[in-house]
Amino acid sequence: MINKIVATVGEAVADIGDGATVMIGGFGTAGMPSELIDALIERGARDLTIVNNNAGNGDVGLALLLKARRVRKIICSFPRQADSWHFDALFKTGEIELELVPQGNLAERIRAAGAGIGAFYTPTGYGTLLAQGKETRTIDGRNYVLEHPIRADFALIKALRGDRWGNLVYRKTARNFGPIMAAAAACTIAQVREVVNLCDLDPEAIVTPGIYVKRIAEVPAGIKPVAQPGAAA
Amino acid sequence: MSRYTRDQMAARVARDIPDGAYVNLGIGLPTLVANHLPRDREIILHTENGLLGMGPAPEPGSEDADLINAGKQPVTALAGASFFHHADSFGMMRGGHLDYCVLGGFQVSVGGDLANWHTGTKDAIPAVGGAMDLAIGAKHVYVMMDHLTKKGESKIVAQCTYPLTGIGCVARIFTDLAVLDVTPAGLTVVEIVDGLPFDELVRMTGVPLHRAPGAQAAAD
Repeated sequence: MINKIVATVGEAVADIGDGATVMIGGFGTAGMPSELIDALIERGARDLTIVNNNAGNGDVGLALLLKARRVRKIICSFPRQADSWHFDALFKTGEIELELVPQGNLAERIRAAGAGIGAFYTPTGYGTLLAQGKETRTIDGRNYVLEHPIRADFALIKALRGDRWGNLVYRKTARNFGPIMAAAAACTIAQVREVVNLCDLDPEAIVTPGIYVKRIAEVPAGIKPVAQPGAAA
Repeated sequence: MSRYTRDQMAARVARDIPDGAYVNLGIGLPTLVANHLPRDREIILHTENGLLGMGPAPEPGSEDADLINAGKQPVTALAGASFFHHADSFGMMRGGHLDYCVLGGFQVSVGGDLANWHTGTKDAIPAVGGAMDLAIGAKHVYVMMDHLTKKGESKIVAQCTYPLTGIGCVARIFTDLAVLDVTPAGLTVVEIVDGLPFDELVRMTGVPLHRAPGAQAAAD
């Protein structure tokens, strides 16, 4: 019998080791799997490479992982925000490496990894600092930059509901990077607000099919982090 | 000399967005445009974090941390809205499906190059977000910015000195002094704030400007 449900978030992240590349879902705190990140901090893995849209907000989730100095490198599109003080401090002292990627290229590079694409030509970033040193090509009169997939050892994502086969549905704009990260990592771990029976998710409405998901940990809704007005994308 | 206020600029941009358009409004000043979209037009707002059919801010107390815009502020979803993941959201941009986007700007060049993500200074922490994808993706890229920097230098320039966001991507520039089109022949002023002579606008801007028929201000 397939059963991807694990008892605790701690068990879910128990094999994430030093030096791992870990994708973390979320756009700001919407969709951020904060309880899985807390478990990862407790687990103690160091020297991590993190893939996320941002570089932590306030004093929750990813920001705390940075604060604990477990991250060697971050790949993201928008690190600088009104509440990214833990990243800012590490960046200014040279304690963290930053690979800045335009947001659509970040998403497509993640998608490409999950879809088995070797590399792809994108118009985004052509002629800018963020395309320096990359191969370019003109196709039908338009200029493109060659971008490569971003793969990960683990993905930590957050969904609304999941079942023991690993099928997931999300909630509103908290979906964001979850579905593409699920496909791009060797081991995808989802925290869901509710585990449901196999027949409870409508097959027409499942967003992430279970094939992409290895483990599910149930984290019932608690106190929801409040969106930070004025913190930029 | 008078200047367009923030709300006047936003209302002016909104006037140029037709019924039925799919539109992305960048963070900061362009967000204001949403407040000025004519009520008799059905215009669908896209937000990069995975929502088409974005509605206004919720009533205080009804905020939902899972329903936010690109600026991470709480929003609502209109009847008919749809949610999608990030690769789809940026595929909509890159694939040319969005009709308009409105972006802020540090500089726009005569050739329509845009710089709006990084000042290039050594100690600055760079952040690009979706700016480069929007700049090359939407069918019409509008830029909304002050005409001059706080030091009085023109933000419309012969060549951008800040790092570029996109090359030759800007169609129309809305400033607090004028509305200008980027054309193959250079910049054409289509509107100018009341009381500002055209020659004075050219002097302040510091690059050659053409005047569209009817662009004369009343006091010119």
